[in-house]
Amino acid sequence: MADLKQQIIAQLNLKDLKPEDIGDDQPLFVEGLGLDSIDALELIVLLQQEYKIKLANAEEGQDVFRSVRTMAQYIREHQPKTV
Amino acid sequence: MSDTQTYITAHCCISSGEIFKNGMLLLNDKTGSDTTGFLLSAYKYFNVDYPKFYKMDNLCKLGFLSVELLLEGRRIAEEYSPETVGIVLSNANSSLDADLNYFQTVKNIPSPAQFVYTLPNIVIGEISIRHHCKGENAFFVNDRFDAGFMQFYVQDLFGRKRINACISGWVECLGEEYKAAVYLVENRPGKEALPFNIDHIHQIYEIANGEING
Amino acid sequence: MSTPVFIAGAGVISAIGKNIAENLSALENEIPGMGEMVHLHSVHHHKLPVAEVKMSNAELAALACMPAHISRTALLSAIAAKEALGYAAIENFSELRTGFISANTVGGMDKTEDFFVEFLNDAHRGSLRNIIHHECGAATELVADQLGIKNYISTISTACSSSANAIFFGARLIRQNMLDVVIAGGTDALTKFTLNGFNTLMIVDQQYCQPFDENRRGLNLGEGAGYIVLVSEKVAASLKNAPVCTLSGYCNANDAYHQTASSPDGTGSYLAMKGALQQSGLQSAQIDYINLHGTGTQNNDIAEGTAIKMLFEGHYPPMSSTKSFTGHTLGASGGIEAVFSTLAIQHGLIYPNLRLETPMKAFPFIPETHFKKGVSIRNILSNSFGFGGNCSSLIFSKA
Repeated sequence: MADLKQQIIAQLNLKDLKPEDIGDDQPLFVEGLGLDSIDALELIVLLQQEYKIKLANAEEGQDVFRSVRTMAQYIREHQPKTV
Repeated sequence: MSDTQTYITAHCCISSGEIFKNGMLLLNDKTGSDTTGFLLSAYKYFNVDYPKFYKMDNLCKLGFLSVELLLEGRRIAEEYSPETVGIVLSNANSSLDADLNYFQTVKNIPSPAQFVYTLPNIVIGEISIRHHCKGENAFFVNDRFDAGFMQFYVQDLFGRKRINACISGWVECLGEEYKAAVYLVENRPGKEALPFNIDHIHQIYEIANGEING
Repeated sequence: MSTPVFIAGAGVISAIGKNIAENLSALENEIPGMGEMVHLHSVHHHKLPVAEVKMSNAELAALACMPAHISRTALLSAIAAKEALGYAAIENFSELRTGFISANTVGGMDKTEDFFVEFLNDAHRGSLRNIIHHECGAATELVADQLGIKNYISTISTACSSSANAIFFGARLIRQNMLDVVIAGGTDALTKFTLNGFNTLMIVDQQYCQPFDENRRGLNLGEGAGYIVLVSEKVAASLKNAPVCTLSGYCNANDAYHQTASSPDGTGSYLAMKGALQQSGLQSAQIDYINLHGTGTQNNDIAEGTAIKMLFEGHYPPMSSTKSFTGHTLGASGGIEAVFSTLAIQHGLIYPNLRLETPMKAFPFIPETHFKKGVSIRNILSNSFGFGGNCSSLIFSKA
């Protein structure tokens, strides 16, 4: 999950944050990290770029991007198996 | 109607590694860093704490920083009501800088975060969010800075009692060329206020060309 | 409002027609302009419907009497602006102080995209003629020359509220007695840039859009141009055909919430509508029809509706989004909808909000779903809200 946190920080330009500043279960949006709708779209790009996972729409992201933990879980479940 | 007395109560210019507030040199970066590097070092130098800054494109960073310094020590939306604080800006290249950066990402996966900056008035949005300004705003794209027009437009807003204060000026950024010359216009004179007229706007704009007028 | 500004003419080209007559006919017969793209070349060809003007650049150029190599943005602009000026039929036009205020957001991006295809493969290739009109102001200048505008030209680019802002800026120039006649509005052509961009924001509907529907999925992009001819009281009095309406109120406000999203409570929309009402001296109950911004995105429609609920509580006038016909034409939308508003006053029309199936649960009002004729309409509110928090409302009133 530390890798994922690093990727989130890089993707979203959260330059003042370190991976350890983001709690595994801390909400990413509004009251937690304070991310917004554009950040959600960037996370969709991140999934596509780093993990080759394509989300169909932004609504699906709402559950996936609740926290770093939910995101990591989603990636594990959906990552295409490498041969 | 247009008799409303208006004053330039502060101004800020950023160009070629230099930042002036009210004609005084605040920062002179001779390291020769690029636009992105310079804007970041200025952000750090003035201890601005606004993490959203990192997400902005360079045009927004430039506009944001210049207005941050312009309004230092002021709480403009509390001093006036938010809907009477306007923003009127102009430049020549619109959001071309962000357009080009967005084009780069299209080759791979288009970046939504970059696309949102491909309009010039997003810089007004960023300034409005930061300083809670909800008054009339406009962004004009002109070949070159037109002090006469900018004076007319802003003075007209005051004359019609639409606004009590206005952030106005030029915010331009394309690649390694950048220039901001912004000024605060109010209907109350402050200390060292200049009457809001074309000559004074010109003088302020010239500071951004590296010429300091008395 | 102290000095009235009259509307002497209007002109429009959109996905539902190349002039006022064709647009009116499509509105009356409830025929939307969306479909599979024909003139725009995009990888989204079969996936995303768009509201294209159903003419090639060569056909547009012939209609505009301009060369076909200039940007589609400029061609659309010229056609609508000429129609508007034609209706105004101002006899001593050349003796008056005239201005052209035209909004757009993409400029000559369509041509730049043509250029880039070759240029990216080989930096020595690509026709430079395609990029000289890239910047937003170029289209305005090309068309101003065509119209014979002498005194004042300006281009406004404030996203989707651009042409509403152009219109009230034009009105101000007349009220300040700086000009006698201003052709004001906006134009935008469909481009890959905007389609891809809005698609990355995931707000483009893969079906025909359903503004103000509980199950709305997003917007369809469109293209076109719309202009109105604003004239001073003095010029209005000299015209053979007396103007039927005035621009009685306008206001612009900033939402100060997010770069692109509207605040959930619709602060900016509320301030813009309220300010326009104040300026016109009208009560909300005196508005007979609202031409909604109504893009069909989750975010816009809830914000706009919430603001309307606050302002019109107890008296909801008929309202609809004509973007259900034209798609969202971005920089042109305020201009096209201003033309529709003046026509509604002139002919007593209320336009339908197409494809409304389930009204939004959050609101006690339901947009109009059928075309109505012969309605007495005195005042119309037209909304245009844009990225950057830029919100504008215009009010048109019977002269």
